[in-house]
Amino acid sequence: MAAETTAGKTERINLLKVLGPVHVWALGVGIVLVGEYMGWNFSVQKGGAYGSLIACLFIGLLYTCVAMIDSEVTSTVAAAGGQYAQAKHIVGPLMAFNVGLYLVLAYTMLEAADALVVGDLMATVAGQTGHDGLDPRPFVVFTVAILAWLNYRGVFMTLTVNFVITAIAFFALVVLLIGVKPWNPGEILMHSELLTDLPYGWIGVVAALQFGMWYYLGIEGTCQAAEEVRSAGRSIPLGTMSGMITLLIAAIITWYMAVGLMPWEYLGQTFLPMYDAAVLTDNTFLIVVLFIGTIFSAIASANGCINDASRAWFSMGRDRYLPIWFAAVHPRYRTPYRAILFLVPVAIAFGFTGLLDQVITFSILSGLLGYTFMSLNMMAFRRKWPLGSIKRGYIHPFHPLPALSLLVLCAATYFATFLGYGASLLAIMAFFIVASVWFHFHRYKFVRRADQFTMPWPKPKGY
Amino acid sequence: MAKKRYQPPTQAGIGQFFDSIFIMALVFSSLYLSLKYEDLKAFLGFGGGEQAAGDAAASAAAVTWESLGQNPTMQAQWEKLGYTVDSAAEIINAKFDYSIDPVALIVTAVVVIGYFVFLFKVSDKEYRDVIGEKFDN
Repeated sequence: MAAETTAGKTERINLLKVLGPVHVWALGVGIVLVGEYMGWNFSVQKGGAYGSLIACLFIGLLYTCVAMIDSEVTSTVAAAGGQYAQAKHIVGPLMAFNVGLYLVLAYTMLEAADALVVGDLMATVAGQTGHDGLDPRPFVVFTVAILAWLNYRGVFMTLTVNFVITAIAFFALVVLLIGVKPWNPGEILMHSELLTDLPYGWIGVVAALQFGMWYYLGIEGTCQAAEEVRSAGRSIPLGTMSGMITLLIAAIITWYMAVGLMPWEYLGQTFLPMYDAAVLTDNTFLIVVLFIGTIFSAIASANGCINDASRAWFSMGRDRYLPIWFAAVHPRYRTPYRAILFLVPVAIAFGFTGLLDQVITFSILSGLLGYTFMSLNMMAFRRKWPLGSIKRGYIHPFHPLPALSLLVLCAATYFATFLGYGASLLAIMAFFIVASVWFHFHRYKFVRRADQFTMPWPKPKGY
Repeated sequence: MAKKRYQPPTQAGIGQFFDSIFIMALVFSSLYLSLKYEDLKAFLGFGGGEQAAGDAAASAAAVTWESLGQNPTMQAQWEKLGYTVDSAAEIINAKFDYSIDPVALIVTAVVVIGYFVFLFKVSDKEYRDVIGEKFDN
């Protein structure tokens, strides 16, 4: 709970509980669907078309584990901040601080990438209509600023807008699928002429795992809404699992269409693969639909990212892991407005770099560190509170198989990142190590110990 | 015996301001490192994995769609996307080098594993403070 002081009185103001499963789906899929419109295709560059498909399926397995684990823990730990709140209750304050930073960096970098795509698409379309040299940067600023304002004004409207534009972006992919006539191979889709063997062999497939994460990165963001849904035990698992199914379908059809239209070398480096796919059909209607789909997917993603990053930042402020100034809730709109505004310049600065692959790598690595935590956290959760010791909203099957699978897949993805972006991996590790030392030796003294455990659970086993 | 409840100090506004600046500076340092990515790679000696740019200029005279391994369908798609054989050659010839430097791999593994060991060890120490105060009072 956050406090706003007015005229000498301290009034406690909560976030509003107004969201249902549809909003949870919109939050999860809204953040991720842009990954089908751009970014996933860098996995084609690293491992070829088939390498990307194999990566898509393996990473789909990783995210299914994430969704299963997340649904159990989040439906039990219903507090804003999602995995951050889980880490606080299950592992400890330093881990929670790091998880909060993973979330903020993963979502803020994704938001920057989304804004970059909006700017790049506008510049591309301007070039195609005879207006070469359009500067994409004002569009980056405009996108982030408008969405930050929307988030500032209230969560219900933010996620309702996300539901509408995410649904349109998803159906744009379906329209393209119908438009390329998959029932008539060779007319528009030319898989037999365009698909090649693995260009780098199996090492390329492993390397492709890194950008394969982009197909799904952010689905775990559904649990950021835990404190604002009417029924966390029902809405979070329903919204997350239906979101994961939506993304698996979208990932497969996206890959199928793109590799049937473009040589893999081109597909692996373009910023706008699905828009390019529409251009290659020579169908103006499809080009317009995919322009709208790309813009909407990027906006929906950036919108959801602002929502999630600000909740994580807000939660850390509320617990004094960061200055408590960030823990303010707007007295009228009931949103964490200071957290929303503070992250705006960070997103714009990263968007201004224009380095889409670097920005995506930062986001992916932050997400990957978070997934590594989740697998270890799940095992700790079941060990400290065995089944039956507390009320769980949902119990995922086959434990510890999903947690162990997740850990193995994370290790493989670290290796994949090492192949090509090893220096980035070490740079981001340096950031988290410095931040951890700063927290333990400086910020931790401001933290109220007992307040870090708010769930009505018994003492954990072994403590 | 009940543990004494820890009373954290109240952080003044100026302290909150400096902490906000510190964390912002840390984030922007990571942005700076990403902008200096090539220098960082050279500094760390990370050679493997980078994408070697296609040397199209040197072999421009010899480049044909066939020599680039492109069949007529691929050629048609490149041309539809606005590429000539020369501009496509730069993209097609840019290949990843997946040779692995064992020392860099070991250093990376030690850093990642060491980081998580540090996190869990220190977190557990802090967690015992939390549980002690929550349940023993």
